[in-house]
Amino acid sequence: MENKKDKIIELIDLTREFEDGLVAVDGINLYVRKGEFVTFLGPSGCGKTTTLRMIAGFDKPTSGKILLNGKDISDLPPNKRPINTVFQRYALFPHLNVYDNIAFGLKLKKVNTPCQDKNGNGFEKKVKLSKSEIAAKVDKALKMVDLEGFEKRSVSTLSGGQQQRVAIARALVNEPEILLLDEPLGALDLKMRKDMQLELKEMHKKLGITFIYVTHDQEEALTMSDTIVVMKDGVIQQIGTPTDIYNEPKNSFVADFIGESNIFSGTYLGNKKVKFIDKTFDCVDDFEPNEKVDVVVRPEDVEIVDADNGTAKGKIINSIFKGIHYEMTMKVGKTEVVIQDTVEKKVGETVGIVVKPDNIHIMKKEFSSNIYDGYITKKNTVCFGDGEFECDITQLYPGSSVDEEGYLITADGEKIDLTDTDVKVEVGLKDIEISDDQDKGGAVGNIVSILYKGDHYQLIVRTDENEEDFVFDTEDTWNVNDRVGVIIPKDKIKLTLAVENEKDERR
Amino acid sequence: MKKFLSFLYIALILAFIYIPIIILVVYSFNKGKTIGIWEGFSLKWYEKLTDIKNVLFNTITLAVVSSLIATVLGTLGAIGIFYNKKKTGKFIKGLSQIPIVNSEVVTACALVLLFIIFRLPHRHIVWLYIGHIILTTPFVVLSVMPKLKQMDGSLYEAALDLGATPTQALFKVVLPEIMPGVFSGFMLAITLSLDDYIVTATLSPLDFDTVSTAVYKAIALTTETASQRVPTYRALTTIIFLLTVAIVVIINVKPNKRRKANENR
Repeated sequence: MENKKDKIIELIDLTREFEDGLVAVDGINLYVRKGEFVTFLGPSGCGKTTTLRMIAGFDKPTSGKILLNGKDISDLPPNKRPINTVFQRYALFPHLNVYDNIAFGLKLKKVNTPCQDKNGNGFEKKVKLSKSEIAAKVDKALKMVDLEGFEKRSVSTLSGGQQQRVAIARALVNEPEILLLDEPLGALDLKMRKDMQLELKEMHKKLGITFIYVTHDQEEALTMSDTIVVMKDGVIQQIGTPTDIYNEPKNSFVADFIGESNIFSGTYLGNKKVKFIDKTFDCVDDFEPNEKVDVVVRPEDVEIVDADNGTAKGKIINSIFKGIHYEMTMKVGKTEVVIQDTVEKKVGETVGIVVKPDNIHIMKKEFSSNIYDGYITKKNTVCFGDGEFECDITQLYPGSSVDEEGYLITADGEKIDLTDTDVKVEVGLKDIEISDDQDKGGAVGNIVSILYKGDHYQLIVRTDENEEDFVFDTEDTWNVNDRVGVIIPKDKIKLTLAVENEKDERR
Repeated sequence: MKKFLSFLYIALILAFIYIPIIILVVYSFNKGKTIGIWEGFSLKWYEKLTDIKNVLFNTITLAVVSSLIATVLGTLGAIGIFYNKKKTGKFIKGLSQIPIVNSEVVTACALVLLFIIFRLPHRHIVWLYIGHIILTTPFVVLSVMPKLKQMDGSLYEAALDLGATPTQALFKVVLPEIMPGVFSGFMLAITLSLDDYIVTATLSPLDFDTVSTAVYKAIALTTETASQRVPTYRALTTIIFLLTVAIVVIINVKPNKRRKANENR
């Protein structure tokens, strides 16, 4: 179905690991079609800029390949790639005026020109562009970005928006096959940004070259792109059209990052019915009966009806005017539901809500429990996830007990030293607590993610050493980057022996 | 009263600094040889400057040539250190700055020792040039480094992106950006080299004099002809002093003009 010729850029297992061990891009696979407007979207540190820098040639991949029109360009220096970049802070050359900035690339360029030698044989010679050719091209570029008459101006006297235009003209004048844009609108004010978004989109249409755009602004991505690539932690979360990404997010991260959304924990009941916020809704997706799922409902898809006609009812606890609509928060039982509507309901009013089956998006739950590889220590504790926790080792052998010296006595009366035994550790999402007191728990880490799920938050705490993740639900409010101790009660740590035959050996 | 005292304080300091120089300047126009006995106005010591044109030529050639070489080496060194992301870069940077705090005598003696150990011809003019380059290069590195740090890091990448080879990017983008640092490094190097006595005295061939060694010889009355020239050096000092004042004035006025020009835009 996909024509190989169509792919202008293809990334294959692309990985970039920095010297300090940070994996910025972790084995991504992706292709970009000729003439497409592709946006890499993600929070800062998700690897989007690093990916762009690898395509431009400023960073070399640790492993993997970058194909341009089917040819591997991973080792090609940036000056040999038919790709130009618009930099985040424009990177205009301060010692050159507008004209010379734009002409910079043209002056270096050599074009194959057919020539004839003395005997009349034709051959190709690399010739620099003539002054008049350069002037014509610069003129055209300036016209395109509406900066006619600015040729002689020093770039330092230009406004941010004007510098931005010069940067775009400087890249486009070289007629690249691909234009890379690294958060180019980040430094502009809101109004200017909106104008530039439309202008860039217009330019893309007119020129027909491939645009690869990097941004952390989801609205910008939705407005401008043909295709959005959502990234997190160096991994692609979802690739799709803006509508796909918005309406059918693949996981709760994408749902949370793109637009406003209500994310609830729910259960798929079967027969196109799903239960969340303690009520049963009709839906269109198919899952295993009784499977735990995440449910996404966009605030604008929640419809307010009379208190008794809704699927669920609750009290409005908060209402903010947002210009085009009101954003209201309603409490259903313990869960908060965010609603956007043009008609305001007063705080304290009890209303009902309905959601069309089409607008209920159900996703597979990413985490149902935490699973680690661990081992038993001399003290009969268990080490896993960069930490050491108290545990009950008797669960490894049914009916066993521990004697005074710390040996395990099996039901048959056999004595076993469990030190260094490899085990699988399982901890449920509700069984982890965290504390500001870092010494209190068995492991220490930073909160790297917080997702609000209506009545609770799902947190991820990541340790420093091996980047082990603890995923759990909590009702308490925490902040990203808080440094916390991870506490797991002794009886909540489920242990199983790691490898069956090893167990036999020891017996 | 307080105001008067603070004024007096500054006046005294300035007097200490400038009175000797002013006396020197005044007596450079004296007919006679001795400071303190005014025998009438004359330009004869200025006419006699031609006697020491050899010394002047030595000094200026040494300063200009060694500073030019030091500027090239120091600039390239700074760029190399700046773009070296490994730990060695930091180490080399530290190492390159030691000669700045190090005493000149040590540098001079170390060089002499080096020549002796390797049995190189002693007191050769080439060693004098090398000595001056060693003396001044670290200062060039020191003045170029901050300009590199101020430079937008993406400028170099932007040049590559637009099709420049690394060498072209260096000459067309990086170098123009750090030029003020390179220039001030060069000026610093020239000043140091012009002033230098210790390294020059230790390394120069015996018949080779720069202004600093010649003045020293004249004052120390080492030879009859040398002592005859003391008043001539007064004339020379006056010229150097006036040149310095002129340069300082020009440098201070120029940025003001530029600022005004910017405001008018």
